[in-house]
Amino acid sequence: MSEISENKICYHCGNSCDDTEIIFDEKSFCCNGCKTVYEIFSESNLTAYYDLQKSPGAIPKINEGKFDFLKDAQILEKLLEFNDESIQIATLYIPHIHCSSCIWILENLHKLNPEITSSQVNFNKKTVRITYQSETTSLKDVVLLLSTIGYEPYISLDDYSDGKKHINRSMIYKLGIAGFAFGNVMFLSFPEYFEVNEFWLNQYKPVFRWLMFAFSLPVVFYAAQDYFISAFKGLRAKILNIDVPITIGILVLFIRSTIEITLDMGQGFFDSLTGLVFFLLLGKFFQQKTYSFLSFERDYKSYFPIAVTKIVSETEEIPIQIYDIKKGDRLLIRNEELIPVDGILINGHASIDYSFVTGESEAIEKNSGDKLFAGGKQTSGSIEMEALKEVKQSYLTQLWSHDIFNKNKEEAFVNLTNTISKRFTVSILSIAVLSTIFWLFYDSSKAMNVFTAVLIIACPCALALAAPFTFGNMLRIFGKHKFYLKNASVIEQLATINTIIFDKTGTITSNKKSTATYDGVPLTTAEERLLKNTLRGSNHPLSRTLYDILKANDIVTLDSFEEHIGQGVQASLRENNIKVGSANFVGKTELIKSLQTSVHISSNNDYKGKFTFYNSYRTGLSKLFNELKKHYDLAILSGDNEGELNNLKKILPTKTKLLFNQKPQDKLEYIKYHQTEGAKVLMLGDGLNDSGALAQSEVGIALSENINIFSPACDGIMDASVFRKLEQFLIASKTAIRIIKWSFILSLLYNIIGLYFAITGQLAPVIAAILMPLSSISIVVFTTIASNWAGRKLV
Amino acid sequence: MSVIYILLGVSVIVALVFFIAFIFAVKSGQYDDSYTPSVRMLFEDELIKEETTKKKTILTKKNN
Repeated sequence: MSEISENKICYHCGNSCDDTEIIFDEKSFCCNGCKTVYEIFSESNLTAYYDLQKSPGAIPKINEGKFDFLKDAQILEKLLEFNDESIQIATLYIPHIHCSSCIWILENLHKLNPEITSSQVNFNKKTVRITYQSETTSLKDVVLLLSTIGYEPYISLDDYSDGKKHINRSMIYKLGIAGFAFGNVMFLSFPEYFEVNEFWLNQYKPVFRWLMFAFSLPVVFYAAQDYFISAFKGLRAKILNIDVPITIGILVLFIRSTIEITLDMGQGFFDSLTGLVFFLLLGKFFQQKTYSFLSFERDYKSYFPIAVTKIVSETEEIPIQIYDIKKGDRLLIRNEELIPVDGILINGHASIDYSFVTGESEAIEKNSGDKLFAGGKQTSGSIEMEALKEVKQSYLTQLWSHDIFNKNKEEAFVNLTNTISKRFTVSILSIAVLSTIFWLFYDSSKAMNVFTAVLIIACPCALALAAPFTFGNMLRIFGKHKFYLKNASVIEQLATINTIIFDKTGTITSNKKSTATYDGVPLTTAEERLLKNTLRGSNHPLSRTLYDILKANDIVTLDSFEEHIGQGVQASLRENNIKVGSANFVGKTELIKSLQTSVHISSNNDYKGKFTFYNSYRTGLSKLFNELKKHYDLAILSGDNEGELNNLKKILPTKTKLLFNQKPQDKLEYIKYHQTEGAKVLMLGDGLNDSGALAQSEVGIALSENINIFSPACDGIMDASVFRKLEQFLIASKTAIRIIKWSFILSLLYNIIGLYFAITGQLAPVIAAILMPLSSISIVVFTTIASNWAGRKLV
Repeated sequence: MSVIYILLGVSVIVALVFFIAFIFAVKSGQYDDSYTPSVRMLFEDELIKEETTKKKTILTKKNN
């Protein structure tokens, strides 16, 4: 084994286990949970799990009762893919799937539970499809088994609401058909390219031609139908989009070719026709690259649970579907469960983590009688609450009833290709008409030929390919740099941005509060050692942070240690006694309401001082803002109080607008207002409370420390580690637009060459068959090389 | 020269056979997940080896 560092690493999950090492079977584990998983695997001869990948596991979180709702037949019915007398099939989403070990263990589930007949992993989607004998086991058992081995499935309201997802494979069928027809038509049209007046060739010409006709039928009527539909929609909305000239081209090619072969005038252009459709679809296919493991459409539904526990009476608890919760219902929220509706805390100690909503990861303590808002996650023990509203009326979920969530940003945006296509179509039609008029007087027999030839050769295949290939390639390059965009049109929108708005917590600050200043009586060495050792035992996030900040100290065994949930910790060593926690807990009487988060310390009942925590800002923030301010208007919208105002003023350029205490709706309105003044807004946010703003802005990007976990609906997801590269991404998108403009010029050159042949009435099928693929391929090559070159600047 | 009909017929039929095979492949979901099978195919051996000589495979694997 190659353990380089002296730090012991958990054999199962890879976490450091300096503090609480458990040795079992000559291996170190960080906790009992991990050890148990190892035991389960070694009993079933599944230790190869650890060979495929080092420390692949996750700490199992076993939560009795969390999945009780899976017993409910109605809920079960919605989740199951297949339900028979004896066999049930369910597809579960497991966020932890990340390596080959995961695939291996999940596909060997039948060794852990023989009632599972088969399980199949889809790595990209992070799902496992499990088939099991429903007579002897249940979905709940399967889910609990997965949870015990650290692969807890994520079952959300989203799984409940929509029906079985239908996989749309029509794109690949269309591409297959076009490619198949293109190959065969090329093959069949080859003999006539040489135009030898050979006897046998002439004899069998009609057979070849009609075969080509037959092959092109599915291409025109099936593979190309999207272009017809789009062109029709465009015309109805009085827009000349790029699909209009394409549709004209396809139809003219098909009709003219059919007439030619029927009247025995020539071989037609079936080769160009099928080739054109094939290349166009290829471009579409290339652009369609999506990140199946990311979801850009998430709203609260993909995050809320399906059911919670309702307390009916002192002795009876039943799982209740979220949508069935009524005002006045008493609910039991267990540790790590989510609060689904606004309500009032009745009893229990509430420590609510609102990180999904606000980005703030530190839990907020609540006392009974306090109001709880939907979207928070309970982090210590069980609580009882009374619902004040229904799910859809809650403060957070109400946001989704706003119109902005029903608007399709992509459709509203007129892209570059369509802008050019308008002029292009008009000029092509005029050239066609003018040259036809000329030929009508000069040699009327050729007039129809010229008219159709112009429409054929001007079919903007290369023009239509430039954008998909450039953006598609850029999308991939961005993806390699951990910036995942929903679709190609986002790049185009990014290039037009002139205002950038940031959320504060979780976006420009990192999720952990990792800096703290001490203020008070200096601590002695003995006190400091005691403090560090006291914090060691506490699991509270602030204790963990403070523990990491403090200097290393000897590890000593404390004489006593007590954790008072929601208040603090108390410990003693020999005659010394220390209290760490809230101001009240340590016995500090004068209570000044501070806006900052702090931890107070007292030693031997003597107040010492407090540690105040600050948000630590992301690295490179100041530099990034100073670069960005040259070209963009910058603003920060924060849902928090003004505690950080002075700190922010120091770091950021003076021009930056800072707004605090912004409600989700306020953020949305702020952006809307600036848009009416002509601003093109790029919004960067991270929590559900930014959802409205992300949807309203031209481009909404969710910043995430772990892209697999959760991010609100957005146009792109950016890994927090590449935040400082924001400006480079913006520059790259502008370069992409330039590349497309250059390729438009290139494709126009090809069109001019083609038009020369067309107008002079000498367009032979072989010229079209050469010119069309040549222009398409050279555009593809040009855009790929150019965008890769632009991508290399993204270091 | 009428043999050309047979030749054309054969060529079209062969092409169609492959085309239909492609359609069935897509339909059966082969193109839905293009990554997992590439990992899965490497597992089969591991399982058998692992049952017989457990510890040894572990060590050799680690050194890679």
